[in-house]
Amino acid sequence: MIPEIGHYALILALSMAIIQSVLPLIGAQQAKASWIAVARPAAQGQFAFVLVAFGCLTYAFITNDFSVQYAASHSNSQLPIEYRIAAVWGGHEGSLLLWALMLAGWTFAVSILSKNLPDEMVARVIGVLGLVSVGFLLFLLLTSNPFDRLIPAALDGRDLNPLLQDPGLIIHPPMLYMGYVGFSVAFAFAIAALLSGRLDAAWARWSRPWTTAAWCFLTIGIALGSWWAYYELGWGGWWFWDPVENASFMPWLIGTALIHSLAVTEKRGSFKNWTVLLAIIAFSMSLLGTFLVRSGVLTSVHAFATDPARGVYILGFLAVTIGGSLFLYAVRAPSVSKGGEFSMLSRETLLLSNNVLLVVACGTVLLGTLYPLLLDALDMGKISVGPPYFNSVFVPLMMPLLFLIGLAPFVRWKKANLGELARLLRWAFCVALVVALLLPFTMGEWHWMVSLSLLMAMWIIVTAMLGFIRRVKRGNGLKGISMSYYGMQIGHLGMAVFVIGVAMIGGYQTEKDVRMEIGDVTSVGGYTFRFDGVVDQAGPNYQATRGYIQVMKDGENVMLMHPEKRIYNVQTMPMTEAAIDSGFTRDLYVSLGEPVSGGAWSVRIYHKPFVNWIWGGCALMALGGLFAICDRRYRIASRQRKEAEKRKMATANKGSSGDATGTAAVAREAKV
Amino acid sequence: MVRYLKYLTPLVVFLVVVWFLGRGLYLNPREVPSPLVDKPAPVFSVADLHRPERQFSSEKMMGQVWILNVWASWCRACRDEHPLFVELGRKNIVPIVGLNYKDQRGDALEWLRALGDPYVASAYDVDGRVGMDFGVYGVPETYVIDKQGIIRYKHIGPVTAKSLETKVVALVKELQQ
Amino acid sequence: MKRALACLMLLSAMVTSPLLTAKEAALMAEDPVLEKRVMALAHELRCLVCQNQSLGDSHSDFAIDLRTEMREQMKQGKNDDQVVDFMVERYGDFIRFRPPVKSTTFLLWFGPFILLVIGAAVLFISLKKRKRSVKTTPLNDEERKRAEALLGDK
Repeated sequence: MIPEIGHYALILALSMAIIQSVLPLIGAQQAKASWIAVARPAAQGQFAFVLVAFGCLTYAFITNDFSVQYAASHSNSQLPIEYRIAAVWGGHEGSLLLWALMLAGWTFAVSILSKNLPDEMVARVIGVLGLVSVGFLLFLLLTSNPFDRLIPAALDGRDLNPLLQDPGLIIHPPMLYMGYVGFSVAFAFAIAALLSGRLDAAWARWSRPWTTAAWCFLTIGIALGSWWAYYELGWGGWWFWDPVENASFMPWLIGTALIHSLAVTEKRGSFKNWTVLLAIIAFSMSLLGTFLVRSGVLTSVHAFATDPARGVYILGFLAVTIGGSLFLYAVRAPSVSKGGEFSMLSRETLLLSNNVLLVVACGTVLLGTLYPLLLDALDMGKISVGPPYFNSVFVPLMMPLLFLIGLAPFVRWKKANLGELARLLRWAFCVALVVALLLPFTMGEWHWMVSLSLLMAMWIIVTAMLGFIRRVKRGNGLKGISMSYYGMQIGHLGMAVFVIGVAMIGGYQTEKDVRMEIGDVTSVGGYTFRFDGVVDQAGPNYQATRGYIQVMKDGENVMLMHPEKRIYNVQTMPMTEAAIDSGFTRDLYVSLGEPVSGGAWSVRIYHKPFVNWIWGGCALMALGGLFAICDRRYRIASRQRKEAEKRKMATANKGSSGDATGTAAVAREAKV
Repeated sequence: MVRYLKYLTPLVVFLVVVWFLGRGLYLNPREVPSPLVDKPAPVFSVADLHRPERQFSSEKMMGQVWILNVWASWCRACRDEHPLFVELGRKNIVPIVGLNYKDQRGDALEWLRALGDPYVASAYDVDGRVGMDFGVYGVPETYVIDKQGIIRYKHIGPVTAKSLETKVVALVKELQQ
Repeated sequence: MKRALACLMLLSAMVTSPLLTAKEAALMAEDPVLEKRVMALAHELRCLVCQNQSLGDSHSDFAIDLRTEMREQMKQGKNDDQVVDFMVERYGDFIRFRPPVKSTTFLLWFGPFILLVIGAAVLFISLKKRKRSVKTTPLNDEERKRAEALLGDK
């Protein structure tokens, strides 16, 4: 019964989404206030129905209802409750439902938090989001219904893939999808602006916090995925340039370009065309990622053996949505004004250069990811493009970008003076250079790549400090500094921290692969590891062989580490659970290999310096984004608008009957 | 006009990408064409599966068209395709050589006893060396080798009745002319 | 289980002065220098039976066999290129994670550079053009006020 309710709720959500898209869009075009007014309630209704559907599916998982096909193939009665919940999005159908839920959630947020925006604009935004919802809900109902029944019901489920039975899985996909899907809001704002023909600084200001929020979620989502791969896959890598990873990285790169270009459009009214195009591309990268992951075009073992219907559907949807948007862009963009003037050396130019580098970086990842498919489609042979390729072409692109991060905040808008900049920053550069050259020696070995990366990281850190001091001196202390300035610097520092982590792990990771009998010791990275044997232990739904490894430093016992080998009861897949001791400057990473002769085990031990800085840097970047969202000006704008609205209501009540779209006559091309 | 064309570029690039993705849906990303096709088959000589003291040498097969079928008793898909080879063997169109890949001799012999032995000879590739020379990466695999000892076709994975008839047997008949 | 734990405790009690009595664990590899070379090269090659894993990362039989083969060949004095050639002869270019530079991969290897040049050129040209086309038309006071009110500055 409950699954049927879920299915029904999904159908209702679809009808709501249709209403949510058709009426407000037409209403906004023809200035019909009553149709425009449908937007918010319809969006909220759609969210409620999708939430019910999601709740029903979750219920089926919690209660082990294996008459639901999807639950039967992704869960099991032995599965601990938290993983049963996470298993809801452990497969194709459920993750799509999560997608739809996130989309409805973002739309709901727009409907609530946009009280200060002109109704007509909101109606268009919600209408466009509704169209995307229609696409995904139809996809669910037509090709991937999670509520399909299995008759007769399975006695027990086939279990969740053991790789996914991990706390990381509970949180990683929702975060990632929040980011992916969040770009739909930026996209909807862009399309709404194109539709209305009002592409201006106000549009940039409205969509900026939404874009930044989506970007923050995506940053966290990707970092969590990387962290999960690090501790779960058992060999301690943190990024593999896997097509699935690339699919999430491409929207991030474009999203990063977008938040920078939005800054210019908001502050200076320039690059409107470019910014709107980036907003469309960011969301198309999200959709492309969904296509790549969900169709199995690059990843599945036998793509053609499965029904290509799903892939065809998403591709069709992608073609219609993005193709339509780009067509709209081609029609509307030529008439958009250019915005303010600026000289060749100005912050505008540098931010544009940042955009060029990021877009080229994204293009590179796209090229590498799709190239095997491209050759295959043209029948020109089969090749693989893997980490060695990406590392050798991607890293050089990042170096100038890192340099710009340190430089750009000092460059004035409109026109900057090269001599002044050089005077201002020469000492910062010298400090960074000296530190970068000397620091690697303290690690024992000097690598030019490490040194170069450190130079960039130190450059960012030193200039951030310098910029901060100058702000404090110039303004009235800490108070005078805006939240968005803090946000920017925290985000940039996050990048520096990330780069340090990557450089250190690349240059100074040490590892040892040893055969350990009970009592044997070995030393890695200044620590001594003693193998004290293994013990068999039963987990909730697996059998584990638990290793006991005593870690010592300078003759003192420091800790006991427990790497495990697990065999999960249902899928009988052997899993390696590494033992990790996380620290500020290093991780100790121990994984148990296979038993070798005579009660000995093969054990792999890594010393990973600064590895946590990689994810710490990502967390800082996301924190920076959070600061930027909290900036006063977004709230002030909303308060002022509310007052304006009240005043207008008052005058409207006095007689001059409602021009509902009045407030939308926003700052006409603010040629500041 | 040129001014408008500029703004159409993103749409054009996008449509090209979509076209490729659409083609990609009907391709198999895991099927790797062997570089050995149209090259001389590696010459090998290993123990015979049935009589360990004797050697099987692939040179013996020179001058005739033959099929090399790589299999193992631990391989499930081999069990699916095996009846098709038993049937083909009965028809006596073409000699089929079995290459028993990384297997236990006892298991392999038992398997052939139970399911039928269509092979004119069975080579016992205990350490997978021969398999490696042939670029085997998944069992079963099937090769068609011509009179000059050139590999003319490689099939990865279990053959089906249809693929055996249209690809393998058809090619064999053509080569035998 | 309990007994095993007890054994363990006993054992760790026995070896309280660990560094004096403990034996140094043997390395898995006979020749660590060679092993490093094998693993470095194994990370450049694809495990054909896995999903996007390198031969270095995979625990599959296929990967173990090929690593053994690589080790043997390196012991015989073959250099990295020769080992890669051996693999490519059997499994094709598909096994290389770093595709060879040839006519079909020209776009792959030089594409990023071409993109960068195009990007820089478009940026430069449009900035030049823009300088000519943008005439600053300052807002009059009323326009400015309205814009500021709508943008919510100050």
